[in-house]
Amino acid sequence: MFEPTSHEANLLARASVDQCVKCTICETQCPVMAVTPLFAGPKFVGPQAERFRHGESVDHTLDYCSSCGTCTLVCPQGVKIAELNSVARAAMKRDHMPPRDRLISRTTLMGQAMRPIAPLANAALRAAPVRVLAEKIAGIHRDAAMPVSSGQPFHAWWAKHQPAPTAGPAGTVIFFHGCAGDYFEVATSIQAVEVLERLGFNVLVPKQGCCGMALQSNGLYDTARAWVRRLVADLEKAPQDLVIVSTAGSCQGMLKHEAREIMGVEDESLQAIGTRTRDICEFLLEKIEAGQLNFGVKRLDVTVTYHAPCQLKGQGMGQPAVELLRLIPGVTVVESGATCCGIAGTYGFKKEKYEIAKAVGQPLFDKVKEVNPKLALCDTETCRWQIRQHTGAQVEHPIYLLHKALGLS
Amino acid sequence: MRQLSADVVVIGGGTTGVGVVRDVAMRGYKAILLDRADLAQGTSGRFHGLLHSGGRYVVTDPLSGTECAEENAILGHIQAGAIERTGGLFFTLPGDPDPDWGDKFLAGAATAKVPVEEIEPSRALKLEPRMNPTAERVFRVEDGSVDGWQLAWSAAASAKQYGAQILTYTKATEITTAGGRVTGVRATDAKTGEDVTIDCGFVLNCAGPWAGGVAAMAGCEPVAVVPGRGIMIAADRFTNVVLNLCVKPADGDIIVPCHGVSIIGTTDVKADDPDHLPIPADEVQKMLDAGEKLAPGFRQQRLLHVWTGARPLIKDDRVAASDTRHMSRGMAVVDHSTRDGLKGLLTIGGGKLTTYRLMAEHIVDAMEDQTGDHHPCRTAEEPCPGHEPGRYFALNHRLKEREADRLSDQIICECELMSRTMFTDLLKEQPNATLDDLRRQLRLGMGPCQGGFCSSRAAGLAFEEGAIDIERATGLLRLFLTNRWYGLWPVLNGQQVAQAALDDWILQGLLDIGHLPAQTKEVI
Ligand SMILES: Cc1cc2nc3c(=O)[nH]c(=O)nc-3n(C[C@H](O)[C@H](O)[C@H](O)COP(=O)(O)OP(=O)(O)OC[C@H]3O[C@@H](n4cnc5c(N)ncnc54)[C@H](O)[C@@H]3O)c2cc1C
Ligand code: SF4
Ligand code: SF4
Repeated sequence: MFEPTSHEANLLARASVDQCVKCTICETQCPVMAVTPLFAGPKFVGPQAERFRHGESVDHTLDYCSSCGTCTLVCPQGVKIAELNSVARAAMKRDHMPPRDRLISRTTLMGQAMRPIAPLANAALRAAPVRVLAEKIAGIHRDAAMPVSSGQPFHAWWAKHQPAPTAGPAGTVIFFHGCAGDYFEVATSIQAVEVLERLGFNVLVPKQGCCGMALQSNGLYDTARAWVRRLVADLEKAPQDLVIVSTAGSCQGMLKHEAREIMGVEDESLQAIGTRTRDICEFLLEKIEAGQLNFGVKRLDVTVTYHAPCQLKGQGMGQPAVELLRLIPGVTVVESGATCCGIAGTYGFKKEKYEIAKAVGQPLFDKVKEVNPKLALCDTETCRWQIRQHTGAQVEHPIYLLHKALGLS
Repeated sequence: MRQLSADVVVIGGGTTGVGVVRDVAMRGYKAILLDRADLAQGTSGRFHGLLHSGGRYVVTDPLSGTECAEENAILGHIQAGAIERTGGLFFTLPGDPDPDWGDKFLAGAATAKVPVEEIEPSRALKLEPRMNPTAERVFRVEDGSVDGWQLAWSAAASAKQYGAQILTYTKATEITTAGGRVTGVRATDAKTGEDVTIDCGFVLNCAGPWAGGVAAMAGCEPVAVVPGRGIMIAADRFTNVVLNLCVKPADGDIIVPCHGVSIIGTTDVKADDPDHLPIPADEVQKMLDAGEKLAPGFRQQRLLHVWTGARPLIKDDRVAASDTRHMSRGMAVVDHSTRDGLKGLLTIGGGKLTTYRLMAEHIVDAMEDQTGDHHPCRTAEEPCPGHEPGRYFALNHRLKEREADRLSDQIICECELMSRTMFTDLLKEQPNATLDDLRRQLRLGMGPCQGGFCSSRAAGLAFEEGAIDIERATGLLRLFLTNRWYGLWPVLNGQQVAQAALDDWILQGLLDIGHLPAQTKEVI
C-alpha cells in the first residue's frame, strides 16, 4: 500500500480506471497474453483488478505484465493500463522485492562492475555453471540474453576523441547515450557521434548517469526517482538552449514522459530536458527534410528488418528510423510488424519469464531469419540483445546503416 | 394446494423478517417465513449500505445511537463477512447551519456511548483523501458498510439450521382468524400459482413498508405505515471511508463505500405506494450537489446506478405524516391483541437495517409475553453459517479468489469478478431464480458495464446448464436488462455514456435482443 496522498495512490485512483468500457481491444494486442495463459491480460490486470485492490496485494501474477506499453497505446478510451500495472506492481513489491530484481535494475552498477575485467566477466556470464548459479540464487534465467560489456566504455573513447573537421556548421547538440550506451553498446554511441559530426554538428557529451528505467520497471520507484533527477541535473550542466540527441531509445522515453506519468516526478527541469530530448533518427530526418544538412550518402544494397521497440512507439513519433533509412539508395527496410521482442527491459532475464519472453518474440525472430538472418535493426539496447540471442543475427541501432552509408565504416 | 403447519409464520423476508425467523427458530419454535418475492429485495436491498456507528443519531436520537453502536459490534461477531470495516468520518464545514453542532456531537456521543475520536483534519485527509479539504473539525467513528443480501441470506441459513422453512416467491394473501385468534395464513406461490395454506398460532408481520396492507389481511384497523422514500446514487468506488456531514441529519449527507461503489444518499419524501417509487430528476441533481459538498469532484465520478427504497415508518401521531425524517427511528411493535382484540398477530416497523437483530429480539419477546413461554434470545451470541467473528469482508477478497482459480474457471461477470462456478452453483440451489435474484447474491452485472457483457453470458449459461428453456432465457435476459436500465438512465452521463453506447451495440446491434420472440407470459 502507498501513502494515500502519494502520487502512486493518486494515479491508481485517477479517473483513468473509470474510462474502461471493457471493449477488450487491449487484450487483442497484448503480446504476453497471446503466448501464455499465466497472464490474465491488460483488461483484467489493469482497470478491472484495480477496482479491487484495496488492502494487501493479492494478485501476484500481475508481475507477468512486461510493461511493454502496447495496451496503453491501443486503448481507445485512454486508460493508462501499463502505467496502472507498473504502479500496482510497485505496490506489490514494496515489501517483498526479490533481490534479483534489485540487482538487474542497476544497469550502471552491473556495467561498472563488469568493465575492468570485461573479457573475463563476459566469459563468466556466458559460462554455464555461473549461469546456473545465477539462476538458482538470483533468478536470472541461464540462457537469458546478457549484455556484452565492451573493454573500453564510451566515456573513455570520448575523452580522447578529437572532433571531425566537418563538425560545426550545422550547430551544436548534446549527445545522450544512456548508461547501456556507455558500457555495453559502445559502438552505437561512437557511430552516433561520428554521424552527427559528419553531418555538420558540434557534439557535446556531458557526464551522464542512469535514468533509472530498469529500477522503475522493477517497481523501485524511490531510487528510480532519485536517479532520473540526478540525470536531469547532469544534462542541465550543458548549455540549456541545445537539443539533446539520443540513441537510447527507452531512456529518452523515461525523460520525455515515463518519469512523470508513472512515477509522478513533477519537475520543471525534467520537463525542460524532456522537451529538448529528441530521438536521433527523428532529429536527423527533420533536418534533412528541411534541407538543412548536406546529406551525401552512398548506395548500400541491403534488405533489413527494422523492429520498432514498444518503448519507442509509446513516444508517439511514428517510426522515424524507417523513413530515414529509406533515404539511403539501395536500402530496403522491412518493418517487423511484431508487437514486441519479449525482453521488455529486464523482463526476459527472469527465469520464470524467459520462455514467455521468447515466445512473445518468436514472430519477430522468424521475420528476422526470413528477411536477412545476418543483420537487423532496432533502436533500444535490451531489445537488440534479445533479438541477437534468439536469431544469431547482428542487431544494430539504425544509425549503424547511416554510418556505413556516409562512408564512416 | 399445499398444506403446511407451523407454530409461527413470519411474513416478509427483508432483514427484519429473516432476523425474526432466525430468532423464533433458535428459541425452538417451528417457523415458516414467506416473502412474496426473493429475500431482501425490498427495502433491505434498496438501502444505503451503511452499518451505523450510531454517530448520526447522537444528538437527535441518542437511544438509537446507543442501539446502533451495540448492534454494530454484535454484527461484527455474528455476520462479519457481510461487513466492511471502513471506519467513518463526521466533519464540519465553514458556514454550517449550526456552528455548535461539533460540540453537541461530542457531548451526545459521550451520553449515547458511541465511540468517537476527534482528529486533525490533516490526519483525516490521509485516511480519506477525497474528503472535503475545507473540513474544520473531524470526528472519527466506527461506521462500516454492510451487504444487506449477505446479511439476510446468512441469517436465513442459520434459521434453516434450526428447522425453519424459508418460502420465497410466496405471497401472503390472507390471515385467517377464529374467535379472536389467528389460525393460519393463506398464500400463493407466485411462480406456479399454487395455493398454500399454513396452520399456525402466531403471525409476525414484518412486511416493512407493506406491513399496513398485511395487517389489514387479518381484518385489523389499518396500521398507517408511512413509506419514506429515499434515493441513492452509486459511483464507481472512489472513497474508502464513510463520509458524513456533521450536521443535524439531512438529505444527502453521507457517502458510503460498499463493494465496488461509493454511494451518496439519501432523500426522504413521503411516498404513497411502496411498489411505485419514482426517481425524480431534481432529487438526482440534489444528490450530486450533496456529493460535491462531501467529496468535491463527485460529479466527475463515473456514476453507475441509482435506486430508491422506502423506510417502513409506523405512523406516529406526534408528528405530521408528511415529515417522516423527524419521526423516531426507534422501532415500533404494534400488538394487535390490545389494539384490535386479535391474539396471535404482531406488526413491526421502523428501525434500521443495522438494528435488525434487535428488532427481531423485541418482537419475539413481545410474542412470548403474549404466549407466556419464555426462552432466552441467543441471536447475538452465535455466528451465522459461513461467518467467523472478526473475519470481515474486504474488497480484495474476490480478486484473491480469482487469482487462485482463474486458470481453471471462467470469469462470467468481469466487473464483479464473478466466476462461472459461483453462478452455476447458486443456480443449482435456486433453479427458479431470476437473473436479478442471482445478481443480489453474486453481484452479477453490478459493476461499470452494468450487465452489458455478462447478462447474455449468464442467460446462455443458465440455458446450457439445463436450468431453463430458451423462452425463459430470453425473458430473464430482457427482464434483467430492463431493470439495469431503469437504474441507469436517470444518472446516465459522462463516461458511462460511452459504456451504454458500447453495450447497446453489443446487445442490440450484434445480438439483436430487441427482436427476440415476444414473451407469451410474464417472467417471474
Ligand atoms: C433510502 C433508505 C436508506 C436506508 N439506509 C440505511 C442504512 O444505510 N443503514 C441502515 O441500517 N438502514 C438503512 N435504511 C433502513 C433499512 O433499510 C430498513 O429499515 C430495513 O431494510 C427494513 O427491512 P424490513 O425487513 O423491515 O423491510 P423490507 O426489506 O422492505 O422487507 C419487507 C418484505 O416484505 C415482503 N412482503 C410485502 N408484502 C408481502 C406479502 N403480502 N407476502 C409476503 N411478503 C410480503 C416484501 O417483498 C419485502 O421483502 C434505509 C432505508 C431507506 C429507505
Ligand atoms: S482497450 Fe481500454 S477500454 Fe478497452 S478493455 Fe482495454 S482498458 Fe478497457
Ligand atoms: S504492458 Fe504489455 S505486457 Fe503489460 S498488459 Fe500491457 S500490453 Fe500486456
